[in-house]
Amino acid sequence: MSSPDPRPPATAATRPRGTAVGRVGARLSTRAASAVAVVIAVLWTVPTAGLLISSFRPEQQIKTTGWWTFFTSPETTLRNYQEVLFGRPSSGQLASYFINSFSIAVPTMVFVVTLAALAAYALAWMDFPGRDWIFVGIFALQVVPLQMALVPLLTLFSQGLVVGGVQVLPAWDLQGAFQFTQVWIPHTIFGLPLGIFLMHNFISQLPRSLIDAARVDGAGHGQIFRSIVLPLTVPALVSLSIFQFLWVWNDLLVALIFAGGSVEVAPLTARLAEMAGTRGNEWQRLTAGAFVSMVVPLIVFFSLQRYFVRGLLAGSMKG
Amino acid sequence: MGFDILLELPKLLWLVIGIAAFMAVIGVLLVLVDRGPKTRRDHWQALCFLGPAALLLLVGLVYPVIRTTFLSFMNGPSTAWVGFDNYVWMFTQPEILVVLGNTLLWVLLAPLLATGIGLTYAVLVDRARYESFAKSLIFLPMAISFVGAGIIWKFVYAYRQAETDQIGLLNQAVVWAGGEPRQWLLEGPLNTLLLIVVLVWIQAGFAMVVQSAAIKAIPAELVEAARIDGVNGWQLFWHITLPSIWPTVMVVLITISVQTLKVFDIVRTMTGGNFDTSVMANEMYNQAFRYNEYGKGSALAVFLFVLVVPLVAVQIRNNRRSRETQ
Repeated sequence: MSSPDPRPPATAATRPRGTAVGRVGARLSTRAASAVAVVIAVLWTVPTAGLLISSFRPEQQIKTTGWWTFFTSPETTLRNYQEVLFGRPSSGQLASYFINSFSIAVPTMVFVVTLAALAAYALAWMDFPGRDWIFVGIFALQVVPLQMALVPLLTLFSQGLVVGGVQVLPAWDLQGAFQFTQVWIPHTIFGLPLGIFLMHNFISQLPRSLIDAARVDGAGHGQIFRSIVLPLTVPALVSLSIFQFLWVWNDLLVALIFAGGSVEVAPLTARLAEMAGTRGNEWQRLTAGAFVSMVVPLIVFFSLQRYFVRGLLAGSMKG
Repeated sequence: MGFDILLELPKLLWLVIGIAAFMAVIGVLLVLVDRGPKTRRDHWQALCFLGPAALLLLVGLVYPVIRTTFLSFMNGPSTAWVGFDNYVWMFTQPEILVVLGNTLLWVLLAPLLATGIGLTYAVLVDRARYESFAKSLIFLPMAISFVGAGIIWKFVYAYRQAETDQIGLLNQAVVWAGGEPRQWLLEGPLNTLLLIVVLVWIQAGFAMVVQSAAIKAIPAELVEAARIDGVNGWQLFWHITLPSIWPTVMVVLITISVQTLKVFDIVRTMTGGNFDTSVMANEMYNQAFRYNEYGKGSALAVFLFVLVVPLVAVQIRNNRRSRETQ
């Protein structure tokens, strides 16, 4: 895998040279270029900044004046956050949903990364009939839009599986925290094709001599996987973990269908989408709520940006 | 009843149990795999390593895809065959035609704009002094959810009556320019364009990072030779940069197109699909999960699938070609 940011040092030779006229022209175009870059950067930053500033303003002010007036009459409060996190259920109760988001995203991340690493190892280094066909099949599954799988998978959970009038699998009738299982499984399944593909890219690149040497020494596949492959693939594992975590944390569709909207299991995104629909003018709650949902991805993003970029470049197409 | 940590404990407990149980199974698997029968080929080992993932994929993707295809030829409650009725309905019902039209607009605009802006920015900040900081600014929306982005932009488009102060940035800008504030999200087809802006805002970061990496991979000698020949920045871009990174540009375009076809969260959060802004993925959700019209919902899903396949086929072909030339 290539490093995320191969940046050859800018030497004097690569800078524009030439006549005086050329230099002036170059400087003018550099100015215009900088201006365009700054405009894009501002357009991309201001909406988020507006939301962040608003979330700290008192309700009355958010609803009557623009957030840009904050700079002339600054007044801050943490009340919005307190309300939206710990207040009455009608004002959000996002703390519960925050925990739900965690309870969905963390196990799914562990499941996908582990299963994908195992499967990728098998596809890369084991010898069994049909190996290449299975790999192509899993590769092709990346194409399938989630939408294709939702109805049958939900029926499978709610009604079980009946073949020819015989109940092969019972319906899942989960209560309380056990309902998370019903969200973990679809997320894990939907994450696997890309996860296996990314891990295979990485694991199949390991030097053959390394694996062969271990085999000659009598090591089994389990042992090789534990002691050689896992330590060497840590960067890929981290990249995949980040992506998997963020996808699930940010997902709305799967959550709506498999977790519903109850405070028992629904994640932040489902709750926020609902609030945006039914309480679209309660901006003191929406701004603070949106930021609550963004905090974790932003921390992950800033602390692990290198891995994030690397994963992105390794090919990120999620079904 | 507000937030109560005691009510949350079962969730965390189940989280820990879930992970621990899973890890225990994997641990046993890793021990068993080396205790299995010794055969010349790795049948037993492959079963241990690949079996769990393969089983999940069969149950959760392969079987559902086949079943959804069948369901799309059946009626709402899936009790009788109706032939191509659901597909005929899709292409004749005026509301659904609006949905298809919107989806087309999304796919035509979002990938081009996001890729174009991402490329422009990547070229402009290339080797600039604050490059990595400048890139993080554009890249940041990638990390947050579509729902969060939807709320951010809904706030930008917020409307207050003309006599009062505006709270949305767009309407304030209009007022500053001497215009009348408008209810942006209620007026078609402008509202669809404004929703597309949100996706462009998110995806430009992805386009920028990937294309920026491709620009940096252009051999330095090539750029240097062109410079010595007195080529200016504009010519350099059209004759050196763009041709060199063209395969990457295509990959980015196609990747974003696939994402765009499946866009759901933005529409759901910002308009709920009302005011003629609905798109295919949203309509599929409505038909299947709100109206329990499994047949119609499945037909929409199948059509979405059919649209995605050629894009990915092109992607794979390009991939293979670029791998061969390496």
